[in-house]
Amino acid sequence: MSNEVLADYDIAQCKADAFYDQYDRKGELQHQTHYCPGCGHGNISKMLASAIDDLGIQDRTILINPVGCSVFGYYYFDVGNVQAAHGRAPAVATAVKRSRPHSIVVSYQGDGDLSAIGSAEILHAANRGENITAIFVNNATYSMTGGQAGPTTLIGQRSTTTPNGRSAANEGYPLRVSELLSTLAAPVYIERVGLGNNKQIAQAARAIRRAVENQVRGLGFSLIEILSPCPTIWKMTPVEAQHWVRDVMERTYPLGVFCDRTKEVEPRNVDLPKPALSEIPALLEIADTVQLAGEIPGVPSVVDLHIRVAGFGGQGVLLLGEVLAEAGLNAGLEVSWLPSYGPEMRSGTSNCHVRLSHSPIDSPMVSSPNVLIAMNEPSLRKFSATVRPGGWILYNGDAVPQECLQNDIHSLALPFTHLADELGDSRITNMLMLGALLEITGVLPQAHVDSALSSLVKSARFLSLDRSALQQGRSLYRERQKAMLLAE
Amino acid sequence: MADAENRDRGQLRLSEDECKGCGLCVEACAFKVISLSEGLNHYGYRTAMYAGAGCSGCGICFLACPEPGAITVLRLRGTAAAHGRGRVISIPGAA
Repeated sequence: MSNEVLADYDIAQCKADAFYDQYDRKGELQHQTHYCPGCGHGNISKMLASAIDDLGIQDRTILINPVGCSVFGYYYFDVGNVQAAHGRAPAVATAVKRSRPHSIVVSYQGDGDLSAIGSAEILHAANRGENITAIFVNNATYSMTGGQAGPTTLIGQRSTTTPNGRSAANEGYPLRVSELLSTLAAPVYIERVGLGNNKQIAQAARAIRRAVENQVRGLGFSLIEILSPCPTIWKMTPVEAQHWVRDVMERTYPLGVFCDRTKEVEPRNVDLPKPALSEIPALLEIADTVQLAGEIPGVPSVVDLHIRVAGFGGQGVLLLGEVLAEAGLNAGLEVSWLPSYGPEMRSGTSNCHVRLSHSPIDSPMVSSPNVLIAMNEPSLRKFSATVRPGGWILYNGDAVPQECLQNDIHSLALPFTHLADELGDSRITNMLMLGALLEITGVLPQAHVDSALSSLVKSARFLSLDRSALQQGRSLYRERQKAMLLAE
Repeated sequence: MADAENRDRGQLRLSEDECKGCGLCVEACAFKVISLSEGLNHYGYRTAMYAGAGCSGCGICFLACPEPGAITVLRLRGTAAAHGRGRVISIPGAA
């Protein structure tokens, strides 16, 4: 073909601008998609990309890539991309659309993703009438995982999990998603198309473009279901697979428009007035947490405690943390309390993260504490290395092993459980240790601790035991300090 | 120089590197001007080849092809297509 001849021709159809020139994926195949020869995904991606080009929306399109063969959309589409957990694409699309209402959000999902694990998400996104576009690629099988039966598998269709063919008695009936969703009041446009022959393919391209255009016009939820060949899993040639779409699949999944309200609905106004960020605390009737806690009587001017409390379930680990956080809250500090425990009610491990601070708390996670309360030896061994230099370890045992005391860490090791037993109940070990912690840090006035305790402990007997344990814990620390001073 | 009267309305450019030899364009083409090569390409596929003449520029092979960049359809300037809604882009450097 000489240039002279070409000069009289224009390009009519070519690779869409919405695709990357090169696909940044592994290996040398950066100029090809990963789809098998004859896979309908390629056609559908091309139709979507052409629609994006034609509507001039490439810079504001966000594609949601779910799990399945469709996941690699982010390698191909030069648009915004978010990868979603299996089936959750319509929920992610909702969040993206609502937080960026001017973006064009397309949820591109297969049938395993949309109609099985994600059936709840698509149903509710459609029912809310989210202004998004769902592209539903139906090939009647779980292809990426090797051809298991899915909700869309046809009656009689063989798969690795229905080796004798799907039977209605055992696996139920094929799920007709388009018909199902069109019973809802909110969706604006639902159409099923196929890739079974030239006519169907041309119609599919028009339908996909229309579904995207509906969103651009602000009309609401559109879904296009595409009956798409999977030659590899169907064990057919690409041409046979195309025939199977129109000769077999179409009998279960008739093509057509199931819902079209595009002429009735009013375009949405995406520019509704929003409250300023500063007005939100007042609207929600909550305190403006951005304000720093000022001077608090009885509390040091700088408090920044990162406390980790750990032990076994039943030792009162979580209650200790709760009393501390509640007392801090009463005193006017910023606090957080994050419990972390196994499913066992007893004998499992248990720990909690507590933060007390004058400034707003960025994260409730305490990965490097400045105070560790270890209520047993495994907890000590597990967390001692995480304590910050100059921090404290309070240990329920006779002595902290030397290897657990690096970086100038202070420690108070006492057989708190024995001492609690002497006071009347081993279950107040936690309050003895809390008393010692309060005395060491000096951050909270006793009155706030008392009121926190009485709101959290309902039994009168334990309330009085806990109160005396707190006092006893304080004096245990003071006595230890006195003994150390005398020793020097 | 070719006679303007007898010129094909369409021309095809097929990428041997991007074609996976599925044959859907061969099936789709009403004028039967696409066939699969006898030899294999670098990846082991028999790839689509244009007969060199007879293309109407309808563009259905482009829609039937699953690969984004394997087929480019050209159309003689000033003619309308039988199918498709192709975008018309001028070729850089062309008059």
